[in-house]
Amino acid sequence: MFQQNEMTIEMGPQHPSTHGVLRLTLRIRGETVINVDPTVGYLHRGIEKIAENLMYTQFQPYTDRLDYISAPANNLAYVQTVEKLLGVDVTPRAKFIRVILAELARISSHLVWLATHGLDLGAMSMFLYCFRERELIMDLLELYCGSRLTTTCMEIGGVRGDISQEFIDKLNDFIKMFPDKIQDYETLLTKNRIWLKRTKGIGIVSAEQAINFGLTGPTLRGSGVKYDVRKAQPYAAYDQIDFEVPIGTVGDVYDRYLVRMEEMRQSTKIIRQALEKLPEGSVRVQDSRITRPDKALLATSMEALIQYCYLIMEGIIPPKGEVYSSVEGSKGELGFYIYSDGTSKPYRLKIRTPSFYNVGILPSMAKGAFLADMTAFIASIDIVLGEIDR
Amino acid sequence: MALLLLILESLLIFVFILLFCVAYIILAERKILGHMQGRFGPMHTGWHGMLQPIADILKCLIKENIMPTAADKIVFILAPVMSILPAIMCLAVIPFSKNIYAADLNIGVLYLLALGSLGVYGVATCGWAGNSKYGLLGSIRSTAQLISYEVPMGLAVLGPVMMARSLNLIKIVEAQKSFWYILIQPVGFFIFVVCSAAETNRIPFDLPEAETELVAGFHVEYSGFKFVAFFLAEYMHMFVTSAMAAILFLGGWKGPFFPGPIWFMIKVYSFLVLYIWARGTFPRYRYDQLMQLGWKFLLPLSLANLVLTSIGIVIFG
Amino acid sequence: MDIQKDVVEKIKERFPDAVKDVSSFRDQQTIVVDKKFIIDVCKFLKETQELDFSYLVDLTAVDFPERDARFKMVYNLYSISQSKRIFINVNVDLDDLVVPSLTCLWESANWAEREAYDMFGIKFSGHPNLKRLFMPEDFEGFPLRKDFLLDGEGLE
Repeated sequence: MFQQNEMTIEMGPQHPSTHGVLRLTLRIRGETVINVDPTVGYLHRGIEKIAENLMYTQFQPYTDRLDYISAPANNLAYVQTVEKLLGVDVTPRAKFIRVILAELARISSHLVWLATHGLDLGAMSMFLYCFRERELIMDLLELYCGSRLTTTCMEIGGVRGDISQEFIDKLNDFIKMFPDKIQDYETLLTKNRIWLKRTKGIGIVSAEQAINFGLTGPTLRGSGVKYDVRKAQPYAAYDQIDFEVPIGTVGDVYDRYLVRMEEMRQSTKIIRQALEKLPEGSVRVQDSRITRPDKALLATSMEALIQYCYLIMEGIIPPKGEVYSSVEGSKGELGFYIYSDGTSKPYRLKIRTPSFYNVGILPSMAKGAFLADMTAFIASIDIVLGEIDR
Repeated sequence: MALLLLILESLLIFVFILLFCVAYIILAERKILGHMQGRFGPMHTGWHGMLQPIADILKCLIKENIMPTAADKIVFILAPVMSILPAIMCLAVIPFSKNIYAADLNIGVLYLLALGSLGVYGVATCGWAGNSKYGLLGSIRSTAQLISYEVPMGLAVLGPVMMARSLNLIKIVEAQKSFWYILIQPVGFFIFVVCSAAETNRIPFDLPEAETELVAGFHVEYSGFKFVAFFLAEYMHMFVTSAMAAILFLGGWKGPFFPGPIWFMIKVYSFLVLYIWARGTFPRYRYDQLMQLGWKFLLPLSLANLVLTSIGIVIFG
Repeated sequence: MDIQKDVVEKIKERFPDAVKDVSSFRDQQTIVVDKKFIIDVCKFLKETQELDFSYLVDLTAVDFPERDARFKMVYNLYSISQSKRIFINVNVDLDDLVVPSLTCLWESANWAEREAYDMFGIKFSGHPNLKRLFMPEDFEGFPLRKDFLLDGEGLE
């Protein structure tokens, strides 16, 4: 089985640069990688099976644990699918708040990506700079919903609560400051000769290949395919916001780096517009199937009390049918497929996670590359194992 | 009596260097790097973490000594010794001032280069002895890297040697009475800086211990005191190369106002800060790019520098 | 909506025997296709210029223990150039748990089919490496089947 001079190396599941518990069995000759065999499943929690045994509202906290560094995007994808199943349209203000939270999640996730990408290639300071800025986003999320990482910040039929003036002020400070910070990162890396040497011309993925492998998100756009769910099938309030979708030309690690850097800028732009256009009004849709009545009403109205109990005991009961709805998560198209049999629990819930498909490109990317490039590849497709294994 | 005092003085300097310079380079690195990255570094042991290196060394000394079952036991124990011994021996010939040194060798430069390359045996055997694939890959990388960068480094060192017409470190410093050699040997100094970073496995050339690919590189199987030996050897090596830079290019202990040793330490430490600064800024080279840089760029450059230097010496005397 | 109808018409025209049922829910078009024709239909959708369903978004299965055809495969196809989505369903009997693999058309089907095999036990003919994906190799039972209970009882 082995040629002479070949050896296998187990990279992971405990390894500093596999970004979680990904296990790669590398066959190498000298420093050249001959074959890569990824093994996943070390973080498999059976979330889809759990979903089949929980009511629609109960399942929402589990979506935080998919891509745990951009939880609001997961929440959004899930509640949006359930709303589609119910045929509910949320209020305009809720839509804009969803956009703000989802874009904060995107920036936060891209910062973690940049931090680890830099660290993997030896640029150690990037890690701490990025986490410094990410901390501000975490603080913002904490201010909004009381939780930093596992936010559960959206509800079926709206968002958890209205945003406060303090939140808006802090967010304004953040988006004013953040473009300069991106400039700082770029000063350190974009034109750095060593960085260029390490990222340019390696891990090239052609556009056809990228589509064939089902890649989405910045990994796909780095190859020059202009597919972004925010533009292709606008959800929330993205159809009222003006932004660019950056694409790469060659499809190498460097292009994917540039695409993500530009996406952070665009996200700041989106948040700024969303704050400007933020309409007044309620953040929860008034629909007796999903909205709990006001607490004050419970003391006076029998119907409200019954409805309240019904929603707590029975949960949300959607019609029969199957729906799929997706959002542009920070890593790509994040979609939920729900098959409903008309009860309060989903009969089948399938999560289409971007990392699951994106990691599939790794073996063909790595063939013939150097061992040292493996870390660059893993970082540039930006995987999260919580999402792959589910 | 005077001789005895001199020896005692030298011994004291050794203790001073070992305990303070090397240990405090580590602290300095952590502090400077920390402040570059918007944090403080160690803060809790002593004033601003001043006792941290001592605490670290003590901690490592009382750690359990782990020996992998598949390891080559004798080599496994010998490797850290082989690594730290040349580094300590190097310190013997470093002149801190005109009369503070342990040994005055006529072939000081040669001695330093020779012992510097002996350190590679420690690294090579260490990767082999641990019987780990990561360690082996790290030590193969390290061996190749050290050998490739030895050549341009030796050639860069030849510039000052030719100008001073001596291999004796003290005579080289004395020859820089009127001007420092960095002024007429800027290319040589540049090559020396790059090569010494590669020789000491520092970023951007820290491939042997590239922690993101090779976990920890050649010393992945080591823990406790044996690990400290490698760690100290690396930092001592850094100290020695910085001292070489100060002696060969920056005029050694020469300087106004302050006494010699202080000038010498200022120069050494500013060179060390350069290393730390690079670590806070640069990503890491890839193995093949490192080799290309060494053989295709630095070697021709250092040869050209050498030829130009000799022509200059012939013309200007 | 109309464009999606158009796709259905085209498939019906091209493969008159293949389409068993067509349904629509919340602007989503679903076609139930005979198992034998799945590769042909997908190939037609992928390679016809004006349809261009070149992106296999997802692939999964649903378990109906009480139905005759116990499993339903759900293929989610998307056309990036036309911004269209279509669902293709295939019914699979428990007695004949073999579905033609789509790995010949899409590389992305590789892991997705492995997952379906891992979770439901559906076998894919022509798959290059049909092993369990998430569960350990020696795991017994298929977790996402309805008769696999949460406490681990009810294994076949």
